[in-house]
Amino acid sequence: MALRGNLRDFTITQLLNLINLARKTGTLVVDGPSEQAYISFREGKLAYARIGQEDGALATVLHKANRLTVNQYRAIVERAGKISDKELGLLLINSGYLTQEDILANLQGYFTGVVRRLFTWVEGFFRFEADMLAPSDRINVRLDLENIIIEGSRQLREWEQLQDEIPSLEMALKFTDRPLKNVNLSVEEWRVVSYINPKNTMKQIALTNKMNDLEIRRIVYGLLQAGLVEMTRPEGVVIKQSPKMFPTQDKDEQKSLVNKLIGRIKTL
Amino acid sequence: MQTVKMVVTGPFSAGKTEFIQSVSEIDVVATERKISSKAEQSVKEATTVAMDFGRITVDEDLVLYLFGTPGQKRFDFMWEILSEGMLGFIVMVDSTRPETFREARSILETFRAYAPTPYVVAANKQDIEDAWDMEDMRHALRLDSKTKFLPCVATDKDTVKSVLLELLYNILAEMEAGG
Repeated sequence: MALRGNLRDFTITQLLNLINLARKTGTLVVDGPSEQAYISFREGKLAYARIGQEDGALATVLHKANRLTVNQYRAIVERAGKISDKELGLLLINSGYLTQEDILANLQGYFTGVVRRLFTWVEGFFRFEADMLAPSDRINVRLDLENIIIEGSRQLREWEQLQDEIPSLEMALKFTDRPLKNVNLSVEEWRVVSYINPKNTMKQIALTNKMNDLEIRRIVYGLLQAGLVEMTRPEGVVIKQSPKMFPTQDKDEQKSLVNKLIGRIKTL
Repeated sequence: MQTVKMVVTGPFSAGKTEFIQSVSEIDVVATERKISSKAEQSVKEATTVAMDFGRITVDEDLVLYLFGTPGQKRFDFMWEILSEGMLGFIVMVDSTRPETFREARSILETFRAYAPTPYVVAANKQDIEDAWDMEDMRHALRLDSKTKFLPCVATDKDTVKSVLLELLYNILAEMEAGG
């Protein structure tokens, strides 16, 4: 079913988060203010990206990264225009001009750069095409999204939006079952991470780290978006059940009352 | 006469009033006003500004009240008042309006912070072609795998009943776990 909407309501980092957690395969097509972007994923990992008039081809990527001179780039485009990126990559590796790591690092840098450009788009329509895979004639990468998501989340500066995302600092945080490895965190983010425990509320973590409400919310938002933590009620804090909840304080009578409600709803 | 209450909450136009109307034995006492915002007018003409109120009589000694919260943010001062003493709550989300998912997350977190009461999340309008896939919505709403997330059509009594029942099963399970 439809996975489409407007960036005004659903940011790129939120989309990346969804694609990451759902391990989606397909292409995210974003119609921005003046150009269109295609970001392809395989099992929740970034595989390929191109934007606007740029073709996202290996020769273009290497040229933009100053790994190919203008003359080399022209020669490849004019004379070897029909060979695939994989063939071109092999030629460059076999000739000893570049290593496989060089090529992959440049492609990853370029694709990540395309996604970074999308972070600045606040308007535009998106749709996720599950049937549209990364082009087979291009070299695909497998790049974890967590770092990109955290980076994108750092750009969220609007207090109101952060307050919407994290309305109460009285909640605690706990790690999800996703491993916290190869994630690039800032010093401030690590300071917060080191205190994450269902017993500590976000308010307590902020106080310990001498952070204000905005700072703690911004960091927690990034960790939430990357799927590394989730909010939970703080452990060990006894919140009294409201006496108004049940007309009786007897536990057995309370259970009997709930069973009566179940029976009644079933007969509606 | 003993009374208990449940709260139905969610963003503007999520289907809260319809949900309560589907099972209430009385006409829902809805405090609706004409909408002034043009953007919101394009979604519906009137909205709940204080609360909806529905009733299900269980027997001569017990009545369940269903309270629907106002969806517009400027009436959020009512949420805490309505949540006082609730057995549990239902968060309604319109599956066809991803622009409301952020607000739905915010409402859910706000209600979770009010009270440690059980809750379920209902994905309304799952019968419409434009509806988001449940699994995508679960991620977008940041619901963990333990949270009951149920498909729903607020105008269809059977799906509304199953949402209410799932919430009651949750309440019962938490009571059993708490002894």
